[in-house]
Amino acid sequence: MNEPKKKKGLLNELRNNFSAYVLVIPAALYTLIFGYITMPYMLIAFQKFNYRTGIFGSEWIGLDNFRFFFSSSRAWQITFNTLKLNFLFIVVGTLVALALAILFNELRSRWFSKVTQSTILFPHFLSWVVVSYIIYSIFSTEYGLANRMLDTIGLDRINWYASPEYWTAILVSSNVWKDVGISLVIYLAAITGIDGSYYEAGQIDGANRWQLVRHITLPLLMPTVIILSMLSLGKIMYGSFDMIYAIVKDNGLLYPTTDVIDTYVFRSLRNIGNPAQAMAIGLYQAVVGFILVWGSNKLVRRINPDNALF
Amino acid sequence: MPRNRLFDVFNYVVITAVALICTLPMLLILIVSFTEEKVIQNNGYQFFPETFSFDAYNLLLFGNTPLYQSYFISIVVTVLGTAVAVVITGMAGYTISTRHLKYRNQLAVFFFITMVFNPGIVPWYLVSTGMGLQNTIWALIIPTLLFNPFNLFLVRNYMKEIPDSLTEAARIDGANDIYIAFRIFFPLSLPVLATITLFYGIAYWNNWFNAIMLVDKANLYPLQYLLFKLNSEISMIQQMQSMMDVSTSAVLPSESVKMATAILTIGPIVLFYPFLQKYFIKGLLIGSVKG
Repeated sequence: MNEPKKKKGLLNELRNNFSAYVLVIPAALYTLIFGYITMPYMLIAFQKFNYRTGIFGSEWIGLDNFRFFFSSSRAWQITFNTLKLNFLFIVVGTLVALALAILFNELRSRWFSKVTQSTILFPHFLSWVVVSYIIYSIFSTEYGLANRMLDTIGLDRINWYASPEYWTAILVSSNVWKDVGISLVIYLAAITGIDGSYYEAGQIDGANRWQLVRHITLPLLMPTVIILSMLSLGKIMYGSFDMIYAIVKDNGLLYPTTDVIDTYVFRSLRNIGNPAQAMAIGLYQAVVGFILVWGSNKLVRRINPDNALF
Repeated sequence: MPRNRLFDVFNYVVITAVALICTLPMLLILIVSFTEEKVIQNNGYQFFPETFSFDAYNLLLFGNTPLYQSYFISIVVTVLGTAVAVVITGMAGYTISTRHLKYRNQLAVFFFITMVFNPGIVPWYLVSTGMGLQNTIWALIIPTLLFNPFNLFLVRNYMKEIPDSLTEAARIDGANDIYIAFRIFFPLSLPVLATITLFYGIAYWNNWFNAIMLVDKANLYPLQYLLFKLNSEISMIQQMQSMMDVSTSAVLPSESVKMATAILTIGPIVLFYPFLQKYFIKGLLIGSVKG
């Protein structure tokens, strides 16, 4: 007897608030298509996918696509690169942003603080393609600024775009360069929100500037730091395709340190044209990514339940 | 306190240095775009070149240039996409923030799941091509960009704070939710709508992923993708010169043209920056405090 009553409730609710539910239809339809109808396509990871016959007419081949991927040496390389780069983006980005936020908080001139904050935030609005031009203008072998500086101090030129060993550092710096402004703004807002009486109490006890930062500002910023890091951790298996493909493109010489899962998936899909294999890698990426987020959330929860995301 | 003064000086120096690091690379690109090609070939990129020249801009603006077409595509895509996206998001935001609706939380979960779980680019590609979007302007407007649940939750968080008492009178007069959303809630939510306009606008303007995945016709290249292609395909620059009077420049200004294109791509962002920054920071703070 419960069922029909409930159903009537749903219909009644929809009829009574028809116009309110109409408003959500476009967004819901869009989410249904791009968020949910996309899901079954993940199954092609287990198929020999054929564009013409589609998901229902393609042959099932079990784990062959995964076997192919994991038997190549690239699997571990791109997984390692993805985790390495994202980990460094999070750690270096957080440290630089925290340091800057603390320095900004000590500024007396509001005008100076505003102007410099705007300047530091600006690169965030550039596309990675534009940033790739900036990187090129610095590291281009023939014309780049870096090699010209090496010339002036009498060192040999470096063929940057053929030397993978430098690119971890270059990618991390450009990531920090582009996005540090955002975390800076958030941390600065969090610092401004700290109750001033803590600092007064600290000053009465004779704490100097550094001690106030060390024992008041930093501990009170930790929840914000953890939330932001956890949010980035959610994307740790996703290699910012936009960034790396704009900068590295199909330059195979740099793959050893720069190729990540996203760029590899892109190439299997678009250049090699094998969606099933690309999907197998994508599925592996999603599963490992989920485990990492879930695990770290659990860890955070154990240390301090208030800081956990879910 | 002399030690504090020393620290202040140090602080100003460090922050000025960081601000310079954020600006100088763009200044370099700007200067290179105005540098004579011969000078670049001899001396590389410099902050203080011997001779300036307008060759690059001359070629880009008056040559056989794809620039106008790409600008047109980028503007159409950004304006149309952003307008639709903001309306869709605003409407859905109203529904899931309206307290008397029984299923608003289920709806919110329905949207939230897609934020946490993403099937990846392969299903995205198959669905987009399945819809027949390939090589149409819709490929640049619809997939990924037209609706973002993160923005939806920004709107919801803002609209939740609007008191019911403001709509009671309208409800008694028999106004329906569509009227209330558009005539009462949207005007009251202008700040958050401005913020998401900005988020959507920037995402559209800077997007080249949709183009690289779904478009191979040159007349549909948005600006960012044109810029991406320009770096590797020098033939595009040669083509620009083909219609020009040969005597205008002996050397093909390829390096400066690349940089000039980059500068022209950033142009609108610089123009809107004061507005951008204000609402961006607002949105960032609503998002980070509550979402």
